[in-house]
Amino acid sequence: MAARKITLPLTEELAKTLKAGDEVLVSGVIYTSRDAGHKRMCESLAKGEDIPFDPKDATIYYVGPTPAKPGQVIGSAGPTTSGRMDAYAPTMMSVGARGMIGKGARLPEVIDAMKKYSGVYFGAIGGAGALLAKCIKKADLIAFEDLGAEALRRLEVEDMPLVVIIDSEGNNLYEIGRKAYLDSKK
Amino acid sequence: MRDINVSQLTDVIEKLCIEANYYLPGDVKCAIKTCRACEDGEIAKGVLDNIIKNFEIADAESVPICQDTGMACVFLEIGQDVHFVGGDLTDAINEGVRRGYGNGYLRKSVVKDPVRRGNTGDNTPAMITTEIVPGENVKITVGPKGFGSENMSMIRMFKPSAGLQGIKDFILEVVETAGPNPCPPMVVGVGIGGTFDKCALLAKKALMRPIDSENPDPFYADLEKEMLEKINELGIGPQGFGGKTTAIGLNIETLPTHIAGMPCAVNINCHVTRHKTEVI
Repeated sequence: MAARKITLPLTEELAKTLKAGDEVLVSGVIYTSRDAGHKRMCESLAKGEDIPFDPKDATIYYVGPTPAKPGQVIGSAGPTTSGRMDAYAPTMMSVGARGMIGKGARLPEVIDAMKKYSGVYFGAIGGAGALLAKCIKKADLIAFEDLGAEALRRLEVEDMPLVVIIDSEGNNLYEIGRKAYLDSKK
Repeated sequence: MRDINVSQLTDVIEKLCIEANYYLPGDVKCAIKTCRACEDGEIAKGVLDNIIKNFEIADAESVPICQDTGMACVFLEIGQDVHFVGGDLTDAINEGVRRGYGNGYLRKSVVKDPVRRGNTGDNTPAMITTEIVPGENVKITVGPKGFGSENMSMIRMFKPSAGLQGIKDFILEVVETAGPNPCPPMVVGVGIGGTFDKCALLAKKALMRPIDSENPDPFYADLEKEMLEKINELGIGPQGFGGKTTAIGLNIETLPTHIAGMPCAVNINCHVTRHKTEVI
C-alpha cells in the first residue's frame, strides 16, 4: 500500500480520516518539544499564560536533535520515547495541539484524551535520525534556547515518513499489528 | 614496563566517540539486512528498509545514525605492565569524550545530577570501566548508549531454585515489557551470575560483543539461539508494529556466583548497537 500524502495543520476533519496502521508522508509545520519543554509549557498554561506557538491544530514532534553540522538544516532528528510526555499530552491536546510524533507506548489517559480531542499519535522510526533529518527543510529555534537539544523549534517538513500508531478513535497499531502477525502464524 | 602518555587515550577516545556514532558495525548491518529478507508484513518491511536507508545515509554523509548519541561508555583493558604518564587518566578520558562530542556534532545528553538535573554541556563524564589484564597494551572500547533502550533494562536476584526456566522467563518478560519503546529490532545483552553490580556489567559487556559471535560455552551458545528465537516469536516486530523481527541478536555473558544466588540482568539495546575498539 502506497503511503498517503497529507499536509498539516492537523484539522479535526483531517485527523478523523487517519486510521491506525496508515502509512503517511507528512508535509507542513511541526514543533519540537521533549520533557523539559513540555514541563515549561504546561506550567505556563496552568498560570493562564500563552505558550511559544499557536497550539490550534498543531503537531508536536518529540525530538532532541544533534547539533547541525555546517551546511545542515538540522542534525540527526529521530523520535524520543513518547511515554515520558504522557503526563503533559492531555493538557497539550486540551488547548488544541492535536498531533504527536514519537515512538513507544502511551498511557490509557493519553488515549482517552485523543478520543476526546480527535488526537492522532504518529510513529517515526526510532533510531532513524539521519533519514528523518532529510525531510526537515527548515528549522528555527523559537523558545527555551537554554535547554539545548530540548529547545523548542519550528520545523518545516516535507514527506516525512510516519505511521499512524493510535488514531482518534483509540485504535492502536501496537495491538492490532502484533495480533495480526501472531494470528497469521496460527 | 611501557610508558603511555594519557594524551594518546584522549585522541583515540575522541575518534572512537565520533566513529561509533556515525558508522554502524558490519555485524549489525548484516543482521538487519538478513531480517529484512525474512519479513513478510508491508509495514515491517517498510520500517526495515528505512532503517537500512538510515545507516547508509549516516555512512555516506558522516552524520550520527541516531540523535541519541548516548552516554559514552568507555571500557579499558589495561595491560599490567603499562605505566600511564602525562596526567590524570580519568581527566584524559573525559577530555576525549568532550572533544568527540563537540567536534563530532554529537548530542550532549548528560545531566550533572540524577535528581536535580542540569546538562553538563559536553556529554561528560564518561561511564568508565577498567580491567587489568596481562601485557603492555591498552584496549579501548567506546560504546555510546542511548537511553530509550537503557530505560527498558532490568536486573533480578533469583533464588537458585528458579533454575534455567526462571532465567528464560525473565528474559522474555523484559522484552515483552519493553515492547515498542526501545526501538525494536533490539539487541539483548544478558548477564548471569556474579554479584549485583558485576551482573549488570556482564549484561552491558554482552552488548559490546559482535552479534554474529557466540558464547564459547556450548550450553550458553544454545541458550543464546533459543532465546533469540523465542523473542522473535513474540510478534512485537520492527518498531513494535508487528512482525517477525523483534530482536536481531542476543548475547549472554556469565560469571561464577554465590551458593545462595543466581543474579540475572537484561540490558536492552536498539538496532543502533554501536561500539568501536582500538588497541594502543
